[in-house]
Amino acid sequence: MNSLIPLFVIIPLGSAFVMVILGRFIKNFNKFITPIFMLGLVYLTFHFMMNSEGTLIYKVGGHEPVGNTPIAIYMVMDGLAKLVLLIISLVGFLSIFYSLSYTKQYTAERKFYVLFSLMIAGMNGIVISGDIFNIFVFLEIAALSSYALVAFGVEKQQLEASFKYQVLGGIASLIILLTIGLIYWNTGTLNIADISRQLTINCSSPSGTNVFIKFISVLLIAGFGLKAAIFPFHSWLPDAHSSAPSPISAMLSGVLIKAVGIYVLIRLFFNMFPISYELSMTITVLGTISMIVGVLLAIGQWDFKRLLAYHSISQMGYVIIGVGIGMLILAKGGDKKIAALSISGGLFHMLNHSIFKGLLFLNAGSVEYRTNTRNLKKLGGLSSKMPITSGSSFIASMAISGIPPFNGFFSKVLIIIAAVQAGYIWIAFFAVLVSVITLASFTKIQKYLFFGELHSKYEKIKEVPFSMSFSMILLSVLCLVLSLLVIPEVRMIFLQPAVDVLINAADYSTNILGI
Amino acid sequence: MIIYLLCFILFLVGLYGVISKRNLIKIIIGIAIMEYSINLFFILIGYVEGGTAPILTKGFENSKFVDPLPQAMILTSIVIGLATTALLLAVAIRLYQKYGTFDINKIKDLKG
Repeated sequence: MNSLIPLFVIIPLGSAFVMVILGRFIKNFNKFITPIFMLGLVYLTFHFMMNSEGTLIYKVGGHEPVGNTPIAIYMVMDGLAKLVLLIISLVGFLSIFYSLSYTKQYTAERKFYVLFSLMIAGMNGIVISGDIFNIFVFLEIAALSSYALVAFGVEKQQLEASFKYQVLGGIASLIILLTIGLIYWNTGTLNIADISRQLTINCSSPSGTNVFIKFISVLLIAGFGLKAAIFPFHSWLPDAHSSAPSPISAMLSGVLIKAVGIYVLIRLFFNMFPISYELSMTITVLGTISMIVGVLLAIGQWDFKRLLAYHSISQMGYVIIGVGIGMLILAKGGDKKIAALSISGGLFHMLNHSIFKGLLFLNAGSVEYRTNTRNLKKLGGLSSKMPITSGSSFIASMAISGIPPFNGFFSKVLIIIAAVQAGYIWIAFFAVLVSVITLASFTKIQKYLFFGELHSKYEKIKEVPFSMSFSMILLSVLCLVLSLLVIPEVRMIFLQPAVDVLINAADYSTNILGI
Repeated sequence: MIIYLLCFILFLVGLYGVISKRNLIKIIIGIAIMEYSINLFFILIGYVEGGTAPILTKGFENSKFVDPLPQAMILTSIVIGLATTALLLAVAIRLYQKYGTFDINKIKDLKG
């Protein structure tokens, strides 16, 4: 079982390599191979979820630790990693299946699939890496391919968005690299588990180490906050996510900001640093602000994809406050049950958001595919012409605004209940308020896009091809099915392992180092 | 200590270039300068006063060595930096073809 872990990186990276060479000679080779290996990754993730427990470690090169110092590069598979891998492979498979028809409009179709596989390899690598420098390397692989994919249309807007994204992403990467240097300077190791042990030992003696930890934490929030588009660092997200090809927008909004930003933040702040009150307060406050600011900026938008991109900022705020409240309770030594409820709400919302936001971006792509515009004012009455797009977008809109039978409702309720129980009434109030504003803005989309009068120009449009509608139908079914996760027995299988990793944060280093 | 400060000043010079310059190429140069300063910082971390190259040979097993790990990391980071700069320049050239200028004040289709 342990030796299967590197496959998550090897399969997509190897396929990207093979596709560059063989795609030239065999027609449609790339289109054929990419969905197949994505399906394989989905299977592999489920295999790990069902058949393995606890923390699995793979040491690259097989070097055993000398004394207590780990030498090999560690690949770690635990509950949290499994959950994020599930998100990556599920949304990745559906959006690549959607692209099979969608990419016909581009001339360099082959390269799309190569870049896509590289992005998957980078994100999988970040998730299973137990080593802070390898996180940086894989992060750059994922980021570089996403820069290229944003600019894939090579029109004016795509290039401008990609340049902006590259400059801000480049600064974020450099800040992260600086932080890695500082951590290595202070602790003399790069392994996350070992760093955690060193910091705990150092923490007890001099007061200088605490200042160091605070400095590093601020740099890390800046670096990964830029990648995750938390409030003061969000300015690149609406441009980049609205200019990319639609399946890529679904991947960026649904998966990349979570795997690259939120996941690493959660992993480092729970499992590497000792949890501190000030830091958890900072994270929670930033999450609350980005939740409010994102939705306020979204109301006034008339570009469909831009509106969705602003909602991504707002919804990531929910994930951050869910996890942040859990951190606050743990830092104060409060009731672990409430902390577990709050964290599971946050992680549940992360899973849900990738599903419904992915679906919404795919809907936007379908509308653009048939009508060549994203401006809400120019569209209308499409529900009679495109029933599948209209129906699935209705389901996704209800899910994102938190209407009961759909998944978004349950995760938001978990977060709000936990916030009230922990005594943060204001956060609960804002979460409800933002949810109501979200509903208003998605009602606007439904009204302008799918109801109202049909423009005479669009009399002849048809529903989108099979591969696109199949992905949308499957995602809308998932919107309903994931509601089942609120039942405790189902939650035990999928969410509880991930929550356990975060609740018993100190166990991470003992599990890996074995001391 | 002074050398670390100089290294940090180099980082700030790059950041200044990225923030204040209006020309796409100058912004890219700024990012490159930031990158070099961080590479320099890594080398400084691994440096040991009077140390030699970390190669084990007969008769020199107990001499002082510089730390090889930051150097290995920097080799990786230089390669990554090459890819980043190449992609930035490629996009900048495409932008020049579309707009006919490198001035970021004139490249502003995306707003709101």
